[in-house]
Amino acid sequence: MSNKSDQPNMDRRKMIGGAIAATGAMTIAPGVILHAASVSDEASAGADAKHRWGMLIDSKKCADGCSACVDACNTEHGLEGHGRPATDAVWIRPVKLKDKQTGRENRLVMMCQHCEHPPCVDVCPTNASFKRVDGIVLVDRHRCIGCRYCMMACPYKARSFIHEALTEQSVNAPRGKGCVESCTLCVHRVDDGVMQTACQEACTNEGHDAILFGDLNDPNSEISKTLKSTNSVQIRADLELNTGVRYLNL
Amino acid sequence: MRSSLISNSTLLILLAALLAPAMQVFAESRFVTENSKAASLKSCVAPTDQMRRNHMDYLQHGRDDTVLDGIRGIDYSLSECIDCHASKNQQGQAVSVTDEGQFCQACHEYVAVSPACFQCHRTTPDTQAGAAKLGHHSGDSDPHEGLDIQLPAGIQRD
Repeated sequence: MSNKSDQPNMDRRKMIGGAIAATGAMTIAPGVILHAASVSDEASAGADAKHRWGMLIDSKKCADGCSACVDACNTEHGLEGHGRPATDAVWIRPVKLKDKQTGRENRLVMMCQHCEHPPCVDVCPTNASFKRVDGIVLVDRHRCIGCRYCMMACPYKARSFIHEALTEQSVNAPRGKGCVESCTLCVHRVDDGVMQTACQEACTNEGHDAILFGDLNDPNSEISKTLKSTNSVQIRADLELNTGVRYLNL
Repeated sequence: MRSSLISNSTLLILLAALLAPAMQVFAESRFVTENSKAASLKSCVAPTDQMRRNHMDYLQHGRDDTVLDGIRGIDYSLSECIDCHASKNQQGQAVSVTDEGQFCQACHEYVAVSPACFQCHRTTPDTQAGAAKLGHHSGDSDPHEGLDIQLPAGIQRD
């Protein structure tokens, strides 16, 4: 007897559907494993708003002719010059100041001051310049379009633009042509719990101890204690940027 | 009930016969370059089929976690992709993953995409920066351990 119904054979459909569902379950199953694995893996906790990282630089201890901190920074972040001082990337630069009236000379290192109210972040049209919750001012190179407004806005001339295509960058600081960059307070070290920047490490190793890195929010940190007991200054304090980098004996 | 040319059980067997080799080929096909660390591992940080389809999303989420929030040592770290998938030449030197026929380039060329990753990120393992020191997987504990593709019943994996 032939079946004239135009209804589909549901038995048959159920079986095919079951087979497809079974195949689907197999492909979904690895997703469950994946999720469990990513939870169990240990990643660092990330930036914490209870800290504010900062630096104190003692101008008196900053030795004339020494470039240990600059060299250490270049090595740490894979910065290489092309023999063109006007455009080569500089994250930390030694500066000599002279009072023309008295003849007194000061030496200090200048870098991103990690402002609480950073002008570079204000002007950035793509939100590439940003301040982390722990006060470190960075450039998100995934967003940076290389317009260089931030370089214009920075009162400290702290930022550099990368003019050349690069290869073999350091994993500490992936960087490439067409982006702006500046001192990161060795954020890769901070995230890893190493509370010493490359420049501080080099300065200490040289025996100068001119650079002190630490948590400005922690009253028991060495930097906070020193700031409390000494007369430190912010450069261009009149701009009210509340810099994270302070100077002694200036 | 309508009589059909193919009975239910015959159809099931036919389906299984068609699916099994297809899935076996799919599950076992892998593009891992020789002389890379990846060649010695069973699977990537996630099952191969997922990595193929979703690695760009994983990397994009990971990059935001790291750059914006400072979360390091994540599963889907580009530097770890490079460490694992970069092969070595006969002199024992690392070959760039974007060189002709290498891990990243081979597939990206096939699907005609030009990711911008390597304008900033290096294409060979960084031996100088001490990746292990920076909280990335140090190699003592294998992140790939115990993580393998769950294969359909009846398919064996070597």
